[in-house]
Amino acid sequence: MEQINSLEQRFQSIIDKDEKIEARDWMPDAYRKTLIRQISQHAHSEIVGMLPEGNWITRAPSLKRKLALLAKVQDEAGHGLYLYSATETLGISRSDMLDQLHSGKAKYSSIFNYPTLSWADIGAIGWLVDGAAIMNQVPLCRCSYGPYARAMVRVCKEESFHQRQGYEILLTLCQGTAEQKEMAQDALNRWWWPSLMMFGPGDADSPHSAQSIAWKIKRFSNDELRQRFVDMTIPQANILGISVPDPLLKYNELTQHYDFGPIDWDEFWSVVNGNGPCNKERLEARVKAHEQGAWVRDAATAYASKVEMKVSISAA
Amino acid sequence: MKDWPLFEIFIRSKNGLNHKHVGSLHASDAPMAIQNARDVYTRRNEGVSIWVVEATYITASNPDEKEALFDPAHDKIYRHPTFYKLPDELKHM
Ligand SMILES: [Fe+2]
Ligand SMILES: [Fe+2]
Repeated sequence: MEQINSLEQRFQSIIDKDEKIEARDWMPDAYRKTLIRQISQHAHSEIVGMLPEGNWITRAPSLKRKLALLAKVQDEAGHGLYLYSATETLGISRSDMLDQLHSGKAKYSSIFNYPTLSWADIGAIGWLVDGAAIMNQVPLCRCSYGPYARAMVRVCKEESFHQRQGYEILLTLCQGTAEQKEMAQDALNRWWWPSLMMFGPGDADSPHSAQSIAWKIKRFSNDELRQRFVDMTIPQANILGISVPDPLLKYNELTQHYDFGPIDWDEFWSVVNGNGPCNKERLEARVKAHEQGAWVRDAATAYASKVEMKVSISAA
Repeated sequence: MKDWPLFEIFIRSKNGLNHKHVGSLHASDAPMAIQNARDVYTRRNEGVSIWVVEATYITASNPDEKEALFDPAHDKIYRHPTFYKLPDELKHM
């Protein structure tokens, strides 16, 4: 018991000094479990997040847009890979994580359960969804767990074009015909609230937040990050000349922040619990991709053992 | 005498940073490689963690294939943020 206490003290003192915990270092079980849950969820989000955008790759309006979207979706696959690898350093296997995703046990960001109905949605996703993700991810570069922090540095660097490509899509639409601008406005109407929900429940309703902040896994609360996102995004919407679907949105001179209307948390929880417009479709797509890829994995394994056999025969 | 295998040595200079390749040395086995790496590469407190990997286990890309591997990235300028032209008054992006 005393030994555990001194281990805990050493652990916490590393955290308090703003130093990093590495894979082989002692860590409390709850810290490990929290990280496994958070990083694997993050990885799943990158992977499932490819689906709504992938929907438009074949229908992008020009070669330039297609190349950019393809490059972005390709990046997201890489982000999933970095994060799965970082989670594996905590002692969970890749196949366990995939099982958790495919069985519905693990969650992923619930924004990806909304459909991409028009080309403007691709712009809105880059601008808002990647924008909100970046807001979440930048502080994670300083997360106390080294492998996660380093993965996030790579991710953030690559993210830098995602948001701009989305915004540029909307800017082009907003400078086009009235119909195109209407398309942009419609996309903003549908993606605004789900984007605000990406920061998670309000501080009063997120019980694990305080511990995560004490462990320096998180650096800012959900509400702080959400407010920052709103403050940055509204002027960007103004440049586009479209407006967020919130009649209560108003700049507050006193706080120097935008006040905004209440978030529909019933909708949020309903989507988290599987009842969003595309939950079923997303999960089915992932399971199908995994199952249909089985022969490729098997073939690669068979080839590797064949080569190994040849080497050992020629060595004998 | 059978030659001792070559080990590649990676040092983490402080928690939070990646292990970085610093050089190589011969040793009879991995524990000895760690001992020797400690003596050779961390005499002035250069590290908090050492990885040793037997060099034969490293597969390196072929320098002759440099173009085939890396050239395709050259013309993908749309992977960089500067490719997207946005108004100057736009902030925080
Ligand atoms: Fe990403
Ligand atoms: Fe992204």
